[in-house]
Amino acid sequence: MFAEIHTFFTTNWLGIAILILLQCLAVTVPLLLAVAYMTYADRKIWASIQLRRGPNVVGPFGLLQPMADGLKLVLKETIVPSSANGILFIIAPMIAFMTALVAWAVVPFDDGWVIADINVGILYLFAISSLGVYGIIIAGWASNSKYAFLGALRSAAQMVSYEVSIGFVLITVLLCVGSLNLSDVVIAQSGWFWNWYWLPLLPMFVIFFISALAETNRTPFDLPMSEAELVAGFHTEYSAMTFGLFFLGEYANMILLSALGAVLFLGGWHSPIPYAPFTLVPGVIWFALKIAFLLFIFSWTKGTLPRYRYDQLMRLGWKVFLPVSLGWVVLTAAVLTFGGWLPKP
Amino acid sequence: MILQALAFYVFAAITVASAAMVVVSRNPVYSVLFLILAFFNAAALFLLIGAEFIAMILVIVYVGAVAVLFLFVVMMLDINLTELREGFLEYFPVGALIGAVVFAELLLGVGIIGSGSTTIEALNTHGAQVTAIDNTRAIGQVLYTQYFYLFQVAGLVLLVAMIGAIVLTLRSRPGVRRQKAGDQINRTKDQAMTVVKVPTRGGV
Repeated sequence: MFAEIHTFFTTNWLGIAILILLQCLAVTVPLLLAVAYMTYADRKIWASIQLRRGPNVVGPFGLLQPMADGLKLVLKETIVPSSANGILFIIAPMIAFMTALVAWAVVPFDDGWVIADINVGILYLFAISSLGVYGIIIAGWASNSKYAFLGALRSAAQMVSYEVSIGFVLITVLLCVGSLNLSDVVIAQSGWFWNWYWLPLLPMFVIFFISALAETNRTPFDLPMSEAELVAGFHTEYSAMTFGLFFLGEYANMILLSALGAVLFLGGWHSPIPYAPFTLVPGVIWFALKIAFLLFIFSWTKGTLPRYRYDQLMRLGWKVFLPVSLGWVVLTAAVLTFGGWLPKP
Repeated sequence: MILQALAFYVFAAITVASAAMVVVSRNPVYSVLFLILAFFNAAALFLLIGAEFIAMILVIVYVGAVAVLFLFVVMMLDINLTELREGFLEYFPVGALIGAVVFAELLLGVGIIGSGSTTIEALNTHGAQVTAIDNTRAIGQVLYTQYFYLFQVAGLVLLVAMIGAIVLTLRSRPGVRRQKAGDQINRTKDQAMTVVKVPTRGGV
């Protein structure tokens, strides 16, 4: 009986299709739940920083607040402005949300727990994360509103600038690993927590995190939607679920970049101490804890720092991060080559 | 195999159709968006022949950076479409000539007409060798050794283009007060403030 089921799911095309669908659901459903509770955690953390209570009315400790918010967004009316470009206006939030989800196909949650274990996993992630800007830029143009357009332009310039330094960070990690496969990146960092790449590549970890803040348009780089200048930036004209998709996409992107940070610098599914009580905990839990840690820093930053001015944001990206990361790539390559530490092919 | 052939024809058809739409569509923003669609399907075609590295680089460089800047520029242009249409017949012969030359070069290069350097058979045998190792590694092995000088020359061409762009846009305006972040950070309390004893009813 079990053998029959096994052959059905591994050989029959229908079985394979069902299996792939189930795998996708197994990633997206927890991800959407995580997004919902990330908004709750965010609001609770900001509330604590500002000595408030945060959401505490809907459900015990306000735990049902994200559900109530989601329901509200679904039930509201979707308004398409009369001067907007109808098709692109609707497509834009879909792109923003979709690009945040498809990237999860290559993220390894545990040893072997990955939907598509492809050889160019890092490049795939990098390619998908660079597509996120299209949702924003199309939204800004299709809205036919000056605030939305300004927000979109800011966002496009910002994301292109900071992607360059993220690219160099990825190259540094690749040099140390010798593979573009994300599972290999995690396997290369096995052992104690000081074997993880955050310590040997500490400046790159800092650059990666700050660039991640800029990529996801979070404070102190939330200029594309700075409410004091641009109303709500690129999603000024969006309402109900079209806005909801942008919002979900933004949070899913934050979780994605945290996951990428955990894979590249914090040892993925490895436990910090490679001995008994710690190694018994499933790898996926360690991975989730590391993501949660990075997400906490995201919220902490938002609660603490003021917003950058736009020219200073560009200066930081092009005049500070680009030379530093480029120099660090050269340095890492030199140390690996002349120290004889190049990874074996 | 049938599935692969089907996928090839679907991606190829979308590539050609969206490439045609780039030229035909009236709104330049739509043109850029169709161009992006064409890039995507070209990347999918690369994936089908097993060149996953080229496919990803195509998406990262062209879709992720070049097309974003295209879109950026085109969105800010205030293009009068009727004016553009008027010049169409004037430019058509030149455009058609260039198109014909490029097409002929492509055919010659691939070796369908005449004896090009790389025939389709040669490409296929190359492909068979490369699949033994994954193609990122294969490119890495030849790019910095066998093709080192070509790679450097390509880099130099880009450098020249970059310097040209900077020279064209750089202008020094006199009398502009620039912000110097270093100076601001290095300012100390002594330089920034003075304590003044203000006499009563005297003012500063």
